[in-house]
Amino acid sequence: MKLLTHNMLTSHVRGVRPGGGFPLRIKATEVKVNNVDFNQEFTARMVPKVEWGALVEAAESLGHRGDLPSEPIPDYESNEDFLRKVHHVLMEVEVVEGMLKCPDTGREFPITKGIPNMLLSEEET
Amino acid sequence: MAASGKRPEHRGPPELFYDETEARKYTHNSRMIEIQSQMSERAVELLGLPEDRPCFLLDVGCGSGLSGDYISEEGHYWVGMDISPAMLDVAIEREVEGDLMLTDMGQGIPFRPGAFDGCISISAVQWLCNADKKTHRPPKRLYRFFSTLYTALARGARAVLQLYPENSQQLELITTQAMKAGFTGGMVVDYPNSAKAKKFFLCLFVGPTAVLPKGLGTECSDEETAQAKFIRERIRFKNAKGQSVKKSRDWVLEKKERRRRQGKEVRADTRYTGRKRRPHF
Repeated sequence: MKLLTHNMLTSHVRGVRPGGGFPLRIKATEVKVNNVDFNQEFTARMVPKVEWGALVEAAESLGHRGDLPSEPIPDYESNEDFLRKVHHVLMEVEVVEGMLKCPDTGREFPITKGIPNMLLSEEET
Repeated sequence: MAASGKRPEHRGPPELFYDETEARKYTHNSRMIEIQSQMSERAVELLGLPEDRPCFLLDVGCGSGLSGDYISEEGHYWVGMDISPAMLDVAIEREVEGDLMLTDMGQGIPFRPGAFDGCISISAVQWLCNADKKTHRPPKRLYRFFSTLYTALARGARAVLQLYPENSQQLELITTQAMKAGFTGGMVVDYPNSAKAKKFFLCLFVGPTAVLPKGLGTECSDEETAQAKFIRERIRFKNAKGQSVKKSRDWVLEKKERRRRQGKEVRADTRYTGRKRRPHF
């Protein structure tokens, strides 16, 4: 699971307050770093869509923040250096084994082979 | 999909139907692969994404990642959801580029509002119409799916869902829940006159109604009727059997021709032949 996906993921357990299911806290036991082709346009488009605070927090908890700034810098579209750092964090850091925890209900979703298991029981739907 | 005859949806829940054996067909059966690829191509085409812009898409029921591979080929990024661990294992083996998630679409799409630029689904949504567990209520699950999908899509985004409806009631059930969830749009049917080639694509729009794309293999008569055709030829009126109306000039000329063929003596045709006479006749 890449950090881009994690940044978009929320908990959908019944009873979660609106917005309360995000961001899911990551507890990783295995993290992998891949080489993914840099796409400047795509990265620049994702910067405004991403929840920046959650991204920095997630990257830091995995120990892969690098020198990602706490806020997106102004004029980021043309700043390739900055965008490459963003690309690395969003697309190249992958959680292979671990757990995602809903901040509201405490419900845990396991991650195996890079795939989060978001299946809910009958009571949770 | 499985052999002809019974629908796979009747054999049991998808997470059991799509076991390792079935999953293997998606990597080894070239015909299956081809059909899935064609449908993925058509679905992405129907998404109407802006050209040359890499987008972030959701693939519902991504299975072994065949459709996802096509999305990657087109230069987009994607996240795939599926309920079958066996199918997702195949996707991992195939090293697909998108992120995968084990989810039940009937429980909702667990993403933030506006996360995706578009969504496709190949041969998956009809599974929601069957109650696989005692607690399942298909309309509720369909609504949960559509309403959360609506939220997860960005404004102006589309969802293109290729599906195999069992009958018109199922089709109605699905489209009703989609409209209830706030989507506009409708069904695009490719090759409606062919039993084998016919394909249903539910095209849903977030935001103001866009023009629904035309299905393939339908008679494209719209362009012609929009303009009046100007032709020099005078159109002859014929009755239902294709014969000329009795006593008209055409009829007279045809009768004269018949008599000539019979060898009878017939006056030559002139501009006065079959002409309307003055009323006193």
